[in-house]
Amino acid sequence: MKQANRVITVLIFVFLYIPMAVLVVASFNTGKDITEFEGFTFQQYARLFQDGDLLELLRNSLIVSVLASAAATVFGTVAAVGIHNLNPRLRKTAMTLTNIPMTNPDIVTGVSLSLLFVFVGARLLGQRNSLTFWTLLIAHITFNLPYVILNVMPKLKQMDASLTDAAMDLGCTPVQAFFRVTLYEIMPGIVSGAIMAFTMSLDDFVISYFVSGLDFVTLPVEIYSYTKKPLQPKIYAMFTLLFLLILALMIAMNLIQIYGDKKKTQSRSAGV
Amino acid sequence: MKKNNAVLLSAPYLAWMVAFTLIPLGVVAYYALTDPSSGAFSLGNLANLGMYLPVLWQSIVYSLVSACICLILGYPVAYFIAHCGPFAQKFLYMLVMLPMCMSFLLRTLAWVGLLQDTGIINSLLGKIGIGPLTLIRTPGAVVLGMVYNYLPYMILPLYATIVKIDRRLIEAAEDLGCNGVQVFLRVVLPLSVPGILSGMTMVFVPSVSTFYISQKLGGTDTVLIGDVIERQFKQGNNPNLGAALSLVLMLLVLVCTSILNRFGGDQEEGGVVV
Repeated sequence: MKQANRVITVLIFVFLYIPMAVLVVASFNTGKDITEFEGFTFQQYARLFQDGDLLELLRNSLIVSVLASAAATVFGTVAAVGIHNLNPRLRKTAMTLTNIPMTNPDIVTGVSLSLLFVFVGARLLGQRNSLTFWTLLIAHITFNLPYVILNVMPKLKQMDASLTDAAMDLGCTPVQAFFRVTLYEIMPGIVSGAIMAFTMSLDDFVISYFVSGLDFVTLPVEIYSYTKKPLQPKIYAMFTLLFLLILALMIAMNLIQIYGDKKKTQSRSAGV
Repeated sequence: MKKNNAVLLSAPYLAWMVAFTLIPLGVVAYYALTDPSSGAFSLGNLANLGMYLPVLWQSIVYSLVSACICLILGYPVAYFIAHCGPFAQKFLYMLVMLPMCMSFLLRTLAWVGLLQDTGIINSLLGKIGIGPLTLIRTPGAVVLGMVYNYLPYMILPLYATIVKIDRRLIEAAEDLGCNGVQVFLRVVLPLSVPGILSGMTMVFVPSVSTFYISQKLGGTDTVLIGDVIERQFKQGNNPNLGAALSLVLMLLVLVCTSILNRFGGDQEEGGVVV
């Protein structure tokens, strides 16, 4: 039984990673075709860094995902602290609202936001181009917020409420107590929420596709438009670099978690 | 903290979410109920929906098949990971999550390279004298794309439930004379139902609404509801019909998730994880 499970698990991981391996191998290919490996080269990487258009798309994607995840992290953390202290009925309403973008299909979220922006922009403000960088940013912040809230809320629940009381007894104002005690306690949740929001934002295609205009396009939206012609191999080089970036982020996230757990057990055993 | 402070801190967030999740859904309903040319109130878009019932049905069938395949493939993996040591668990969990963070467009395109008539699989098969087989532009390719893209969404919630199952329950069942199969069927499987339901939902929802997978891996007879919606907005220029179809899709998802949650009972635990 256990042996069979091990074999299945290995096979499934092979299944999950083969297409990515194909892309990584293609990034070192001298030929253009993904299906045929003609020779080994680093040239695609050099081409990638010479291609101004492609780098600009990547820069656009990074700008949106960094700004949206940063804004959502700050805004979401403050909101989570507020929601945590609401009365149960209001808290339930707030969590239902938070779950709407999580349970709605992406295409519905994208379509609904795009219709809202067009409706407000074109009909109420009389703009010609109602889909801009700002609408894209608003959309990204909106779907990032739930990730932050859902990561921070459990940490707030786990936290010992008497810690903030103790801080205030010792002369902290509520704001000081938040920055010196609460923030420190919920930090792992904030960090994992922020990283999750960033990766979701960086990779988002469906929502961005519906809410972005022509003057500010992100990388996934542009890749989607390369439908007819075969992809240029430098895209595979970019995929490989992004793969390494995400891998590094995930390892960092895990290390932070392991470090946090260790410190917690240490401080607990020291307290006894 | 004082209660009015709590309201003060959460009010901007609640206002934001109302403005950018609830109101947009209202706008969708408004578009669905107005005529594309005159802008007057009309039920014409809803009357046209009957035409798209076969497409809707096809989307549901494909996504349900994908969700079931994901369950069959994902359960042993989740079970295996849940029974590893703590370090291996963290590492394997990361390996499952990593593909979710990588461009799903490019990963789907890689499948095109693998499956196409002159693709990698066919050239490997050719070397041992089989083929070439028609792999791409078939319903099977679309289901494969869904399973591949959304399998991690099944494994993660399953793992989260299985890892919480109390080992003592399994030992108790063994002590009382259950064999391995009975322990699994009578103890482990019933206790993993919340994970199964949330995994099914998380595979079903993105599958039923996808348009990229069916466009890249499917043919002319594998059009899904997502394709139709996308075309209304990006090519067909009938956002009103697209809005009506989006409403239908949203209702479909709501009905399916509430049916699943009904089976699950305890909503607090089995709710949205990722």
